[in-house]
Amino acid sequence: MVNSRNTGKVNLVVTFLRILIGWHFLYEGVIKLYNPEWTSFGYLATAQGQLKPFFTLLIGESVIGWVDALNIIALLVVGATFLLGFWERFGAIVGIGLLALYYLAHPPFPWLAQLNVEGNYWFVNKNLIELIGCILIFYHPTGHFFGLESLKKREHLKIEQS
Amino acid sequence: MKWTRRDLLKGLGGLPILGAVWWAGAISATSNKKERLEILEQLNIRPSLPPTVPEIGGEPVRVGIIGFGIRGEQLCRSLGFATPAWMEEMKLATEEDPNNHQLEDFSKQDKLNVKLVGICDVFDVRAANFIDAFAIPDNPIKRYKTYKEMIQSGEVDAVVIATPDHWHAPMSIEALNHNVHVYVEKPMTHTVEETYRLRRAAQNSKAIFAVGHQHRQTLSFSTARDIVEKGTLGHVSLIQTNTNRNDDNGAWNYDIHEKASPETIDWEQFLGSAPAVPFNKNHFFRWRKWWAYGSGLSGDLLTHDYDRLNCVLNMGIPTSVSASGGIYTHNDGRNVPDVIQVNMEFPNFSTGSSQAKGKEKGMTFCYSATLGNGFNRPTILMGHDATMELGNKLTVWPDGASTRYADMIETEKMRPNVPIYQYDPATNAPDAISSATSQYFADKGLMWTYIDGVRVDSTFLHMREWLSVIKNGGKVSCGINEGFDEAISAHMAGLSWKLGRKIEWDAESETLKPIEGVDFDQVLLGNGNWHPESELVG
Repeated sequence: MVNSRNTGKVNLVVTFLRILIGWHFLYEGVIKLYNPEWTSFGYLATAQGQLKPFFTLLIGESVIGWVDALNIIALLVVGATFLLGFWERFGAIVGIGLLALYYLAHPPFPWLAQLNVEGNYWFVNKNLIELIGCILIFYHPTGHFFGLESLKKREHLKIEQS
Repeated sequence: MKWTRRDLLKGLGGLPILGAVWWAGAISATSNKKERLEILEQLNIRPSLPPTVPEIGGEPVRVGIIGFGIRGEQLCRSLGFATPAWMEEMKLATEEDPNNHQLEDFSKQDKLNVKLVGICDVFDVRAANFIDAFAIPDNPIKRYKTYKEMIQSGEVDAVVIATPDHWHAPMSIEALNHNVHVYVEKPMTHTVEETYRLRRAAQNSKAIFAVGHQHRQTLSFSTARDIVEKGTLGHVSLIQTNTNRNDDNGAWNYDIHEKASPETIDWEQFLGSAPAVPFNKNHFFRWRKWWAYGSGLSGDLLTHDYDRLNCVLNMGIPTSVSASGGIYTHNDGRNVPDVIQVNMEFPNFSTGSSQAKGKEKGMTFCYSATLGNGFNRPTILMGHDATMELGNKLTVWPDGASTRYADMIETEKMRPNVPIYQYDPATNAPDAISSATSQYFADKGLMWTYIDGVRVDSTFLHMREWLSVIKNGGKVSCGINEGFDEAISAHMAGLSWKLGRKIEWDAESETLKPIEGVDFDQVLLGNGNWHPESELVG
C-alpha cells in the first residue's frame, strides 16, 4: 500500500483519520463524563443477537455502575491517545474492543429488528467501519509523524547522536 | 539537538485539539444540564417515593376468600399464596421465555402477615383447588357453603370478595354489619340503590372497607397529582382515556371448565338476585357479558380509568353523563356493549388557570372503548399550558400557545414537541427534556421493570395498605367515599347507554335527577329482549 512516493500522503490521511476518530471518542466520553445521570442501561437492556445474555448480565444492579465508568474511561483513553499521538496502538486496541461490543450489542443483521438506529444498515454499520479504521491505526501508527511520539523519537535521535 | 518550532508543532499539535474538544463537550453537557435544571426548578415537581405503611404486626389477619376464579387467584397471589398449578405454569413459561419474570417477582414479594382460613366458592372444583393448594396441617382451611356462614362464623377477620358484580354489595354489607373487614373488587355495587346502602353500612361499621382499585398505589399517579396541583398543565379542559382490546380474553370469553355441571356448581346461589334462568355454563364463566351479573365496559373497565383520574384530580361525580355505543364486535348473545363512548361533564371543575380570571372553567372526561382493536391509545390530560400522558410513566409536553411557558417557548428553552418532564418510577432521576432515545426506552417499558431490582405488583401494595390499616388504623386510599364516586359514575354511564339519554347528578342532594317514568335500578338490571338459549358459546 505504501511506497516511497506516497508515504507522505498516506501518513497525512491516516493521521487525519486518527484525529477524527479520536475527536469522536473524546467528545462522546466528555459528554457522558459531565452528565452524571447518563447510563448505558437502556442500550444494554435492549441488546439483541447471540450475545444478548452477556449484555443482560452487565445491567445487574451491582455491575452497571462499573460498566458505565469503564465505558467513559475507555472512550476518553481512545480519544486522548489518538488526538495526542501517544500510545495510539494501545488506544486502537481499546477502540477496537469497544466498537466490537457496540456492534455486537445491536448487530445490523437483517433478521433482527433495528432498534434505535438513525439509518439503514445491512451487516455493515458505522461502528464496523470505525472499527476497521482503528485496525488501520493499529498497523499504521502516525504518532511519530504528528503527535507526542515524534518528540520521543527526537529524544532518541539526540541520545544516538551524542 | 534542540527542537525546532516545526518539531513542537508536530509533536504537540494534538494538545489544543484535545483541549478544544474537551471544552466543547463540557460546555454542551453542563449547559444542557443547566437548561434542564431551570425547567425543573420552574416546574418544581416532586416525584413520589414508594408508599411506606406501618408494619402489619401481631397475630396474622385471618382472611376468608369469597370467589376463587381468575381474579380471586390473582388476589391470593398478591396476598402471597400461589397454587402449585400456577407455579408450574409459570415455571414452564419462564423456560420458554426468559423474559417472563412473573414467578421471580412472586417469590421476591414481601410476605404479608395473613392466614388464609376459609374459602367460599359455589363451584366445587375451585373450592377444592383452594384447599388443596393452601391447607397445611398447621392451618386447615374450611370451606363455607355460603358467604353468610363464613362471615358469621367468627373465624374470619377479613374477607376478600372477587365475585360477579351483583354479589359485591350484598356480601360487603353483610361483612361490614358483622365488623368483618372487606376488600371488594370493582365496581363496588351493581345498582344505584345498593350504593347508598353500602355507604351507610361502611360508615356504621368498625371494620375497614377497601375497593380494589390497586392503581391508586402506582407511583406515577401520585406524582401526576403533584404536577396538576402545581398548575403545570394549566386548565385541563379535556381528558381522554381508552380501552383497546382485541382478543377473546379481553372480550370476557373465558374458558369453560370441563367439570362444570349442575352437580358441581350451586347455580341457585350464583344467581342470587339475578333473573332465574336454567343452569348455564356460559353465564357462569362469562358473567361479565350480561347486565344480570356484570356491568359491561362501564362497570368493568371505565371504572379503572375513572378512578385513576379521580385519584389524580379528585373531580368527584360528573354533573352529567352521555354514552353511546353498541354490540359491534362480539355479537354472541351478550347484552352489554363492546364499543362505548362515555362523555362525563364537569362544568364547574378547574385545575387552575394561567389566563384571565373566569376565562377557563369546566372539563369533559371522555372514555372511549372498543373490544375490537388493540391499538394502544394512551391516557391524555389536555391543559392550556401543557399535555400530560399518564401511564406507568409520565410525560409532559408544553403547549405551543401556553400562557405560562410563553417566554420559555419564545426563547426556545422549551419546544412543543419535546417533553419538559418525564417521570419513570424505575429511574432514579426525573428526566427533563428527554432525548428521543430515553423516551423510546421508557415507552418500551424496559426501565419500569427494574424498581430496585424488583418489579412491584400494585395489587400487593393495595392489599398491604388495607391490612396495615386494619392493624394500625388510618385511611385506605380507596375507601367508601372513593368507591361511592366510582360506582355512581359507572352507573350513570350504564344508564345513559341503556336509555340513550343524558343522566344528571344533583350534587347537593347527592341523588340522580329523576326522569319521569324511569326506575333507574330496573333499567340497570334490565336485560331487554333476552334469550339465553340462543347464545353463541365459544
